[in-house]
Amino acid sequence: MSEPRHEVPERDSPSCTESKVGEPDKAIVEIQDVAFTRGATRIFDGLNIRIPRGKITAVMGPSGTGKTTLLRLMTGQLTPDRGQILVEGKDVHSMSRTELYAMRRKMGMLFQNGALLTDLDVFENVAFPLREHTNLPERLIRHIVLTKLHAVGLRGTWRMMPSALSGGMARRVAMARAMATDPEIIIYDEPLGGLDPISMGVILRLIKRLNDALNITTIVVSHDVQEIASIADCSYLISNGKVIASGKPDELRENANPIVQQFMTGMADGPVPFHYPGPDYSEQLLGGSSE
Amino acid sequence: MKDFLTDAVQTLVTFLQGLGQLGLFFVSLLVYSPRTLVRRPQLVMRQVYNSGAMSLTIILTCGLFVGMVLGLQGFDTLQRFGAEEALGTFAALSLVKELGPVLTALLFAGRAGTALASEIGLMRATDQLAAMEMMAVDPIRRVVIPRFLGGVISMPFLAAIFNMVAIFGAYLVGVSFMGVDEGSFWSQMYANVAVADINQGIIKSVVFGVVASLLAVFEGYNSVPTAEGVGRATTRTVVITAIVVLIMDYMLTAALIG
Amino acid sequence: MKQTRAVEVGTGLFVLLGFGALFFLITQTTGLNQEIGNKGYNISARFENVGDLKIRAPVTISGVTIGRVTAIAFDAERLNAVVKMTIAPQYDKLPDDSEAAILTAGLIGGQYVGLTPGGSEAFLQDGSEVEFTQSAVVLENLIGKFLSSVGSK
Repeated sequence: MSEPRHEVPERDSPSCTESKVGEPDKAIVEIQDVAFTRGATRIFDGLNIRIPRGKITAVMGPSGTGKTTLLRLMTGQLTPDRGQILVEGKDVHSMSRTELYAMRRKMGMLFQNGALLTDLDVFENVAFPLREHTNLPERLIRHIVLTKLHAVGLRGTWRMMPSALSGGMARRVAMARAMATDPEIIIYDEPLGGLDPISMGVILRLIKRLNDALNITTIVVSHDVQEIASIADCSYLISNGKVIASGKPDELRENANPIVQQFMTGMADGPVPFHYPGPDYSEQLLGGSSE
Repeated sequence: MKDFLTDAVQTLVTFLQGLGQLGLFFVSLLVYSPRTLVRRPQLVMRQVYNSGAMSLTIILTCGLFVGMVLGLQGFDTLQRFGAEEALGTFAALSLVKELGPVLTALLFAGRAGTALASEIGLMRATDQLAAMEMMAVDPIRRVVIPRFLGGVISMPFLAAIFNMVAIFGAYLVGVSFMGVDEGSFWSQMYANVAVADINQGIIKSVVFGVVASLLAVFEGYNSVPTAEGVGRATTRTVVITAIVVLIMDYMLTAALIG
Repeated sequence: MKQTRAVEVGTGLFVLLGFGALFFLITQTTGLNQEIGNKGYNISARFENVGDLKIRAPVTISGVTIGRVTAIAFDAERLNAVVKMTIAPQYDKLPDDSEAAILTAGLIGGQYVGLTPGGSEAFLQDGSEVEFTQSAVVLENLIGKFLSSVGSK
């Protein structure tokens, strides 16, 4: 690793969970000292995150820091090499399949591109978790689905196929689907990636509104710093497999760590270099024909 | 030399690993299949439609022309022995025992197998399978098994339809164009095709149905979740199915004749 | 749910067509008279040489198929071949002195058992044996005899 190392002071407990004085055990998800390796790459090494109940928590980091991997660890789709992940006090990776599925029913997850089932229309997509897990009468399902679709403003699209929806609309339908079973935790994976500013605004407002109105715990994984910071109660910044900063968005902005500064302000060069490591520029140019 | 050896060992290990995965995958399909068939017949029926009914066009067209070619070639060969009345027997036996099941399986791999592999592969690439898992729905039971069963159910029907159309094609060429006596065409067929021959064809088509469907869903489910990976899974489905079907065909023929 | 109905109808059509094709194959391409195997009565006959005769070969009388060969075995005591046949139940008035011969259909056709009716008043029954038989004509023997007769002249 020729990458410059930065000494990061380890924080024992993040300030925004600490700020909840009086109810310190209200963390709904706790990630304790997790390490995870994929192939030869070490993705996480001693990661610690506490997600407070009922708040919007943002997990941010430069591309390729394994934010999506983190979500998959959290939902038990991947198993860490070391450490544990507790959801409501129970270790996700020692759960049986039945327990795991029961836990997932309390979670809603929004994938990067919505991940709507392409062979079902919008209505059936939102109805999908209800049909799979309940025996509700058709009338009630219809009522629930239309309510959820109305909440994301897309009741009018109920007979359209997912392929006919724009990226932002597909994500809103996926939000309605994630909400269909009234989960306690909802996880967003890059909800803003590749969206135009209007759709971005719509999604942001929806995330905030769903969190406030239904008192859901929200976890947002993203690298759209400014936008997410505007709605997050608490943020974690991950780099090199560790949490390098955490706290309220304002606290992050004032953080003196150069990586945090570079990330928060979006500078092209800094501790995370603009140039991919390579041989010296002039040497390579003048080096002639050698391969 | 040493490099070559380590490479060879590596290849062997990879091959064995793949075979093991396929075996375990097959077992898990078998374990959950009966329950899916009983509890969610609608899902299976939809896949019978996708794999079976949607393959009818290719099966009907190819069956007709294969039969017509058999009629021509059979007539040409048999008349050298003065035995052109045996055309019905010749066509029916080669179709029912051999060409019907094998060609149907190969066409199935090309039409339905690729569709299954790319559909499941795309569902993986676009996180649909992961989304299902997040909704506490097992994608093996909800997505893979109905498609597997749909293929298994469709194949014998497709092979039978292929045979029927092909015999009609042979009849068309032999009797209508080449002037083989209609009566002897059918009566020779009656006299020489046994129920055991038909059963041999049915057994083959059932086995091929399992093989082709299994390979298609396996390749799709385990494809690398990128556009390139899905494309490769689709190609592999056709290639591997063709190889396995032809090898199995020899073994089945040897077992059933012996 | 219009789409679902189209799928249902399509699937139904497909399954119907499939069963139809299976039915066609089983009834139209295979001779039904092969099924008499289970129902008819059994007779047997002894031959010096059965030639190419195969199990399931037809048994005919006056050119009409009335039964099938069900078994061919060698009798180690009497040193000849025993051919068992099943005859369809409706042909129960075959004279018991009928003759059985192994014949060839056409130049390259398969061999079959041909019965020639005798004049007896008694009939063949289940388990009876045809006494008069004529073995298969083996082409090589025939040519050999012909050559030796030519050579001796």
